[in-house]
Formats: sequence, structure tokens, C-alpha cells
Amino acid sequence: MGPFDVEFWKKLQPPKEKQFLHGLYDGLFTLFFKPNEVTHGGTHIKGPMDLKRLMIHVVLALTLCYVLGAYNIGHQHFLALGEHTGIFDALHLKLVIGLVSLLPIFIVSNLVGLAIEFYFAAKKGHAIEEGYLVTGALIPLIMPPDIPLWMLTLSIIFAVFLGKEAFGGTGMNVINIALLARAFIFFAYPTEISGDAPWVAAIDFENGLTDYSFIHTMFNGFFSWMDWSVFVGGQPLLESFTGATPLVLARTGGWEAVTEVYSPAAMFIGGIPGCIGETSKLAILVGIGILLVTRVASWRIMFSMALGVILTGMLFNAIGANMGSYSAYMSVPWYNHFLMGGLLFALAFMATDPVTACGTNTGKWIYGFLIGFFGMVIRVMNPAYAEGWMLAILLMNVFAPTIDFYVVDANISRRLKRVKAKV
Amino acid sequence: MTLSTALIFSIVFIIFFIFIMGTIAERMLKISAKNSGQNPKQYGILPNDLSSIFGRNISKPSYIPSNEDFFSFDKGFDIKLMGEASTEHKIESVHSATYAIKPKDFIGMMPIPKVVVEEGDSIKSGDILFYDKSRPEIKYAAPISGEMVRIQRGEKRSINEVVMLADKDIEYRQYDLPDLNSVNRVDLVTFLLDSGAWPFIRQRPFDIVADFNVVPKSIFVTTFDSAPLAPGFNLTVQGKETEFQKGLQVLAKLTNGDVHLGMDARGEKPADAFMNASGVVKHWFKGQHPAGNVGIHIHHVDPINPGETVWHLDVHGVLVLGTLFEKGIFDTERVVAITGYEIAKPRFVRAHQGICLEKLVMEVQFQEERNTTDKEGKPVNISRKAVRLISGDPLTGKEITSTGYLGFFDDQITTVEEGDYYELFGWLLPRKGHPTQNRTFPGGFFPSTVYKADTQQNGEHRAFVVSGEYESVLPMDIYPQYLLRAIQAYDFEKMEGLGILELGEEDVALCEYVCTSKHPVQKTLREGLNMLMEQG
Repeated sequence: MGPFDVEFWKKLQPPKEKQFLHGLYDGLFTLFFKPNEVTHGGTHIKGPMDLKRLMIHVVLALTLCYVLGAYNIGHQHFLALGEHTGIFDALHLKLVIGLVSLLPIFIVSNLVGLAIEFYFAAKKGHAIEEGYLVTGALIPLIMPPDIPLWMLTLSIIFAVFLGKEAFGGTGMNVINIALLARAFIFFAYPTEISGDAPWVAAIDFENGLTDYSFIHTMFNGFFSWMDWSVFVGGQPLLESFTGATPLVLARTGGWEAVTEVYSPAAMFIGGIPGCIGETSKLAILVGIGILLVTRVASWRIMFSMALGVILTGMLFNAIGANMGSYSAYMSVPWYNHFLMGGLLFALAFMATDPVTACGTNTGKWIYGFLIGFFGMVIRVMNPAYAEGWMLAILLMNVFAPTIDFYVVDANISRRLKRVKAKV
Repeated sequence: MTLSTALIFSIVFIIFFIFIMGTIAERMLKISAKNSGQNPKQYGILPNDLSSIFGRNISKPSYIPSNEDFFSFDKGFDIKLMGEASTEHKIESVHSATYAIKPKDFIGMMPIPKVVVEEGDSIKSGDILFYDKSRPEIKYAAPISGEMVRIQRGEKRSINEVVMLADKDIEYRQYDLPDLNSVNRVDLVTFLLDSGAWPFIRQRPFDIVADFNVVPKSIFVTTFDSAPLAPGFNLTVQGKETEFQKGLQVLAKLTNGDVHLGMDARGEKPADAFMNASGVVKHWFKGQHPAGNVGIHIHHVDPINPGETVWHLDVHGVLVLGTLFEKGIFDTERVVAITGYEIAKPRFVRAHQGICLEKLVMEVQFQEERNTTDKEGKPVNISRKAVRLISGDPLTGKEITSTGYLGFFDDQITTVEEGDYYELFGWLLPRKGHPTQNRTFPGGFFPSTVYKADTQQNGEHRAFVVSGEYESVLPMDIYPQYLLRAIQAYDFEKMEGLGILELGEEDVALCEYVCTSKHPVQKTLREGLNMLMEQG
């Protein structure tokens, strides 16, 4: 029966003295089987929810982002060439390009992260914790498709070591690990994650030609046998191609400049350049639906963050007319902010991370609203970089414990007031 | 057609479609229910009214007088389990050959209490068996008459059970009853301490047997139990209306404040003994478990501040006091629910405190023989514990052996299947259902589903990740997660500030049940309470 049989695993079990091996075995085994542990000491029955299930539901909510993200990598590639520009044209080529870009990022992100996780679990004699499942699924989605793998590796090592293990592992981190990895690249290699170049895969930008690897062209034989279109190397880019994201366009020319290049429908479905997971608002909305229906993520944070964005956007609309160089971006109608950049993705998957967000319900309202506010300020009033959610969430991650402190402190003083009221 | 109009149309269409399908399914279900002779009103997939769609039903039942407090909670969770005791069976009186009182039922008692009777001594119901060496004034009495047979010792000579052999007919100790109308408080307390009825009075903070040196600011009696499979107190009080009222009268003498009665507003009108109780303040509570817990009632009616003490009793305790003063006997008889899926006939019985449960659960197979192979492939016979017997409810009860005794405060025994099975991808696609409020399980959408319980831990212990989970099942203005962190950090000031004094283990048991990280919430809370108690 192989790995689906308990007896099979029992025979493989390494002795307890070999700590590393045993930890590794335990981590793998519990991925297949719910352990046979029974309750002792406390309640005799326990609810069925556990951390693995929680994490996997976030990953499930991300799946459509992966599918549409992979497609869009290919779609952007051919838009840059001016070929196969229809949504359903040359799906096979687009998917191959998408997967060839996405899969290595996904594999590297999980391998590196899990390796560190396993190492620390063995070193501390803990069970392997499932926290990295979500982080490993989130990181590829907030990276540009053309990210060099060594850079990704470095960023993940930095984030997992400094963001998580230094604080004690899953559940102890102060700031969001996926965003910390992205912030590392953002500050260490800014050209790789901003500007116009990194959003399109399989292009040699120095010469402006397509640059297919061996893996791409490997499929050509099959595609030509099926009488489908094939990869042709060395094709020039469109002269009109800029690769500018809607955000960059909005900063310079306002909403009119954005719609000249991208239609709102394309932005909604996900046919625009951007990080892999953030482009398709449709996929993210499906993810939000899953998170809200299953109550895996806090609706309070999502709602209050949206509120923060809307109110700040309205404020910008009202005062934006004479703000000099910022006025173009400030005048973008507030509702259109949801269509651009990583706002929705951050709202659904980044701000709602329960470990780094506020823990109290009152705190969640404040936390979400302030992310919305600061994110908009950083996004719009920023001369260099046209996006703000990563920095806003990292900032509020740091302040979340402070917000919680005051909320909990208010509870304590309510209790004290009760005494004073009596006296 | 623009994208936005298309979107609006598709959303409207989807909602309309779901509505039509739902209505058709509802109708067909009702028709088939009618055809098979069932009441169609009980079947349906659509919510019956608007408030149940939003999971709230805050309407006030009509039997509540308008001048009495009414509290409705939307926080909490009713754990629905199979094996609920049914009133269809006649309530028999049951007896056993031996009875026992377990010193470990009393939180905070020294492990080796002073046993004042010797083996072979004959005892009457109400005679003193032992007392706590740290509080020798509080005496613990025998629930029946007979002969003292043995002291069952555990680790480090601590006393687990004081076992008695029972007479056929109970003989009662004679009391020199004080006159309730003229007795002063000090004499009454002295009498109660000596009578053996005192341990039924417990106190918050710390949820221990009440400190007799303190005058409590109020006394609470809860008249219903919302714990899983727990029996209502309506049965136990039937025919003992005068005793109950007498017991309340005794309590009124013990406090300068009020005696508060926590009343059940969840469904049927409570028993007359509760409805007609006089000399007390009634407060009505509606909501899911833990709405019946006295800690919740205290928090909302008369919260405990540092330095204050509130006493509380269950209905059995009030009846013991009442019978003592009404009839002059120490009678611990109560209605006990025998519950659990493994019990052939889940039922109610009339029994005395400390009854031996062996005969009541005879039909249950607690051990299971199993033929498997060992590592070398040889066939071996393994005996496995298949069912767990609990004195109390499955959240806060204590595990006992199949020949064990009913706990001091308990009015329920429960059997739960041992869940020591491996389940392939059980954390993702569980085949065994467990009651849950969590929406990642289909069961989370159907809160009325009834499940078979087992003791599977359902996951491994982890650090706190999820927030707001505990708060959603605790209808109190308390942040349990922050409180637990304060306990783990030995931060006494913060513990008190966050309301540890208002809590008992039973209040947070549900937090432990729903915890994603499988944190031992009750144990941590008790550690915190013990630390505070030692500090004085």
C-alpha cells in the first residue's frame, strides 16, 4: 500500500535517538496521517480543527491565483511581442512559459524555506511546524516572474532566519515572513522588483529579443506535431512596448493614462504586468470568498482595510487637484485603486495573517484601517515607487502588538473602574 | 455590455438560481417527510426565520416576567453528541455495594487529608469521613451509611478514595438543628461546617470549597447546565420544591447581599421549583454553552473584583442544605444522567453521591481484544482500551475506571470512544465527524448535527496562531489568550487585571475544545489560579 498504509510507515520509523531523522520522519508522517494521539488531562473531546487544516485552506484559496498567474506570465510575454494577443490564443505556449517561470520559483521557495524549517525543528527538538506551508505558497505570488532564483533564495533565507526562527518559529514572528522576503529584494536589488523590465519573462531586454531556454524549445517538437504554434527565438519586441505597470502609468498620467494601455476588464481578469499573484483580481476575489466563507481570515481586517483605502482615496480625490506632481495619481477615482497593483492581494492574504495582525477584535479594526490609510499614502505620495502595501503592512505588523496592548489595557482599566465605581 | 453590468447580472442570476434550487429542495424534503409520516416542520434546509440566518435568536421567551433580567449571548457553542439521556425510561433509584468519596474532587485540598474513621468503623450518612489538614474546620461527610472498608492510596501515599460498604437502608446521623429564623450567621456557619454539608458551597475566585471566614458579597445558584450531554436540573428538583426553597433560605442567611438564581431561557419553561422560588433575584440566560455556567452569570450580574468573594452552588448543593433543614437528614440523592453513545439505554437514575458505577455501565466493552502481528510478523493479542468512562461531562469531567465512583459534584457519567486511530489525510478530509463551529468543515454550516464523540486529539500541540477563537466561545468581557500569556509569563498583576479571578476551569473548557493549537487551556488557567492562591 506504500505511503497510504500506517504499517508501511511504522517499518520506516527511525529510532528516537536520531533526532534529525526522527523529526523529518515525523513531519512527513503527520502530513499523511492524523496521529493517533488521544486527549489527556484537559477536555476529553476536542474540536477537529488543527493548524495543518487552517494553513491548507489558505493555500486552497490561493490556487486560482496560481492558475491565472501562470497563464498571465505567458500572456504578458506575447503581448510584448504583439503576437497571440487574444485571451485564448496559443494557450499552450502561454502555459509553458508561465510554468517554466513559476515552477522553479515555487520549488525553490519551498525547498529553501522547508530546509531551514527542518533544520531548526531538529535542532530544537520540536515537531516540524506547518507555518511555512502558507509562506511557501505566498512568496512566489508576490515575486515578479523574472526574478533570478539566487536572489529569491537569499531573500527567503534572510526572511525565515531573521523574521521567524530568530523569534522562535511558527506563531512567534512579529512581521510577515513572505513580505519580509519581498522587502529584502526590494531594498537589496531594487531594479529587479520595480520599474518596467521584470514583469515579462523569457525576454532578453538588452537586445530586445525573445530568449527561450532549452526547456521552452523542448516542447516545440510536440507542438509542431500537433500542428500548433511553436516558440520562435530571436523575435523583436514591439516598438511600442514599455512594460509599464498600471501603477507607474497612474503616477505619471492618472487614470486616463492607465486606460489608454489597459482596459478595466483586463485589469480585473488579470491581463496586466505585475507580480505573479496580484494581477488577477478575479482569482483574488474567489480566494477572498473562500477565506470569508470558511472564516479562516478575519473579515474585520479585510473590511476595515477596504474602508481605510476608500476613505483615503476619497480624501485624495477631494484635495488632489492642486497637489503638483502628485495630483495625477491623487485624482485617480478611489474605486479604481482596487483594480491596480497588489491592493486586493495584500488585503486578502497579507494583512490577514493572524500571527502578525492584531489579536483583539477592536485591534483588528484599527489595524486594518491604518494599513488601508498608510498603504494609500505610500502608494500615491511616493516619488520613486508606485506601490505601498508591502511597506504599510510591515509597518503595521510592527505596531500591531502596541495596538493590542492598548486594547487589552483598556480591558484592565474597565475592570479597575468597576472597583472605583463601587467605592 | 460592459464588464460591470455583466458582473451584476451574473451575481443576480446566481443568487436567484440558488434561491430557486433551495426552495425546490425544501419543498421536496417536506413532501417526503410527510409521506413517511414525519412532521414536515422538523425537516428543511432553509433557515426558518431571519434571525437564524444570522445565527442569532435573541427574542425573549414569553414565560420570563418583564421585571427580571434577561441576557442573551451569541458567543458560545453547543457540542451536540449522541447518547443523550432520555426521559422515556423510568427514573429508577439505584444503589451499589460500595460508595466512595474522592478527596481529589476538591481543588486545592492537601493530597493527604486526615481520615477520622478507621477501617471497620460503622458510619451513618452525614458522619464525618475526613478533613483537609490546611482547613480542618471543613468536614467531609459520608453520603450513605455502612462500614468503612479501605483507603485507596495513590502516588506518594496521597488518598484517592475513601471507600465504604453500604447498608441496604440508609441510617442518618442525628443533627441538633438550629432554628433558621433566629440563628445568627456565625452559629449557622459552624453548624454547616460540622454537618458535612459545607463542601457543597464553593467560591469564586479560585473555584474552591468556600472560605468560611469570609462573608460573600452574593451567592449564585445556577439552575441549568449547558455542557454537552448534561442533565437539566428540572428532574432532580421534582418533588423537592420545599427542600429547594428551604435551601435558598439557608443561603440567604449566609450573605449580606442577594442570592441570585441563574435561570434557563433557552427553551422550555423551567421547573416550578425554580419559577416559584422566593427570596432570590432571578436572572435569565439564553445562548449556547457556556451560558449555564455560574461563572458567566457572576460576570454579568455581580462581577468579582479583587478582594471580593462570591459563593456558588449547584442545585444538588441547595437540595442537600434544604433537606438538612427540612427533614434533619444528610441526603445527597440526585438525578444522575448516564450518557454516551456506548450506553445501550442512555437514561436518568436516582443515585447517591459517590455511587460505584460498575453495575450502571456493565454493558459497555471498555477493553477490546485485537489480533495483530508484531514486528517480526508473529500474531499477537493486544488488549486495547476502547472506551473511556468519565464522571462528569466530556469537557470538564474526570476519567475513572469502569469500577470507579461518581464524583462529589457530578450528576453525569459519560462514555466516550477512545480515538487512538490514525487517519489518512485526516487533517484535510476527515471521515469521522466531530462537532465543530469551524466553517472549514461542512459541519460548521449545520450546527444542529449530532455526532458520536471520540477522544482523538485531532492534531498536534502548536504555538498560538489563530486569534479571536477563544473570545468567540466565551460570553465574557475577557481576553483569554492574553490571560494565558500572562499566566505563562508569571505576570500576577496582569492576570488579575485580565480577570483570572472571575474564571473557573469549566468556563474556559470550550476554549480548549475549539483551540486550533490544542493548547491545554484549563490546565494553564489552574496553574495561574494556584500561583495567585499561593501568593495569598
